[in-house]
Amino acid sequence: MEKKQYERPHIIKLNTGMPAKFGMMNDSFLMTHIEGIPVKDLINEHGSPLFVISEQVIRNTFRKAYKAFNTRYPKVQFAWSYKTNYLTAVSNIFHQEGAWAEVVSGFEYDKAIANGIDPKKIIFNGPGKSEEELITAANNGSLIHIDHPDELYQLINLAEATLQKPKVAIRVNMDTGIYPMWDRFGFNYENGQAWDALNKIMNSGKLELMGLHTHIGTFIMSANAYGIAAAKLAELTVGLYTKYNHTIKYLDLGGGFASKNTLKGSYLPGSDTNPGFDDYAEAISTALLNSPIKPENLPILVLETGRALIDDAAWLISSVIGNKRLPSGRRATIIDAGVNILFTSFWYQHQITPAQGHSQYREDTSLYGPLCMNIDCIRESVNLPQLNKGDKLVIHNVGAYNITQWMQFITLRPRVVLIDKDSQIRIIREREKLDNIQMQEQVPESLILHSDSVVFP
Amino acid sequence: MTIKLSQNIAISETGFLFNPSTGESFTINAIGAHVIALLKEDLSNDEIIKRMSEEYEADVNEISRDFEEFLDSLKNNNLIDENE
Ligand SMILES: Cc1ncc(COP(=O)(O)O)c(C=O)c1O
Repeated sequence: MEKKQYERPHIIKLNTGMPAKFGMMNDSFLMTHIEGIPVKDLINEHGSPLFVISEQVIRNTFRKAYKAFNTRYPKVQFAWSYKTNYLTAVSNIFHQEGAWAEVVSGFEYDKAIANGIDPKKIIFNGPGKSEEELITAANNGSLIHIDHPDELYQLINLAEATLQKPKVAIRVNMDTGIYPMWDRFGFNYENGQAWDALNKIMNSGKLELMGLHTHIGTFIMSANAYGIAAAKLAELTVGLYTKYNHTIKYLDLGGGFASKNTLKGSYLPGSDTNPGFDDYAEAISTALLNSPIKPENLPILVLETGRALIDDAAWLISSVIGNKRLPSGRRATIIDAGVNILFTSFWYQHQITPAQGHSQYREDTSLYGPLCMNIDCIRESVNLPQLNKGDKLVIHNVGAYNITQWMQFITLRPRVVLIDKDSQIRIIREREKLDNIQMQEQVPESLILHSDSVVFP
Repeated sequence: MTIKLSQNIAISETGFLFNPSTGESFTINAIGAHVIALLKEDLSNDEIIKRMSEEYEADVNEISRDFEEFLDSLKNNNLIDENE
């Protein structure tokens, strides 16, 4: 006799009278394939867990963003925010699409150069640039964004010593009505610090003032905040023109656009509620075009968009290790991807979908990673069907910040593959081996274990 | 060991279960409904596990583990009489 297909028996209490607030999060539809490639095959071939990135989605998202701005404002330039995802293959897709590089450290600067970008198209941000890095960037004609007064004086001194004229902008922080206000980077607008710094630059005559920069925060849900930011930078632009007859070449509005992810604690999915590129573009372009800047002096609009350009282009696929029932009665599922490779699970309720067929029964489940750490929770509560050991899950919108902030903790980091525009699978970062870790270490002679040096009582 | 379900539990063909003593309702999958039916026949746990493994394509250990877990959820939902 043919045996019937087995599924774990289970029962779920119906909460009558409670609106299905989590019912909005339609998590557990099915995703068996990524861009036509079976998830199962990807894991068989490349191991589990596995990051999968789509070249086509990156290009489409970039073009959509570019078009949103380009149709509203005459001069637009994106600069790829390296810290968001600096895999060379990923960065170079953006560079091929026309993006400059935006870096925040000497390491990122060197990586951008190694990737082959023209140093004149590198924006060098951040509070921690060393003297050596400043000299290199100045010699290369990169755009140095000054963060604080000491850096400003340092650059003026360097310019005197080397007889170079570094190309600079200042970073401005400001009140745009959003909370928290990012006031620790750059010079404040409201208290006049920014205007002071600009006057110092102009009067020194040693630096070539190219632009003004702000980055008001990340995952900003209000497009209007960008309108305020653009208007404030426009005020400074006009002030410089009036006082010094100096034309600012570019205004850099930074990053911070929301992706389609859902922030923790939101009741509604981000894909329904977050502003899109058109909303941000409308707010910024309107503010600049309506500003007192003369049309012939309109600066280039630079954008350092990070997460909104890459989040949706990557998935993390993972396998179920086991299930258990918590004392509270809640189901817990353990998967092989932990928070050490999915840092954004602290921020987002990542959408999660099974990669194989299942019945329509679902249950609120806590999804844990494999680390032996209490914090290793991918989703505290996600509505999922019954999953068996070995089943695969797809975690969505993981492109931003994970592959740069991941930690080698207890396990080795997995492979990253790109599905290229011809639907070919390309390995773009190899999985780590024990050797990669051991290679960095050195063991003093006296601490090398020999077979006779370990004694059991 | 034999487990006793709470009295008067009503189970529909479409997978709804109703407990008249508390007024609570539940959804249950087909296998769950099958287990409930076997429990209603007053079969012993071992007998239920044996029958399940004859009928379904799964390892007996897996079935018995899931069965224990299922009993836990019945207990948590006050669907089992504990006083035998
Ligand atoms: C200076 C700067 N620009 C751009 C970005 C990218 O931001 P996002 O990923 O929010 O677009 C960041 C990130 O914090 C940043 O610090």
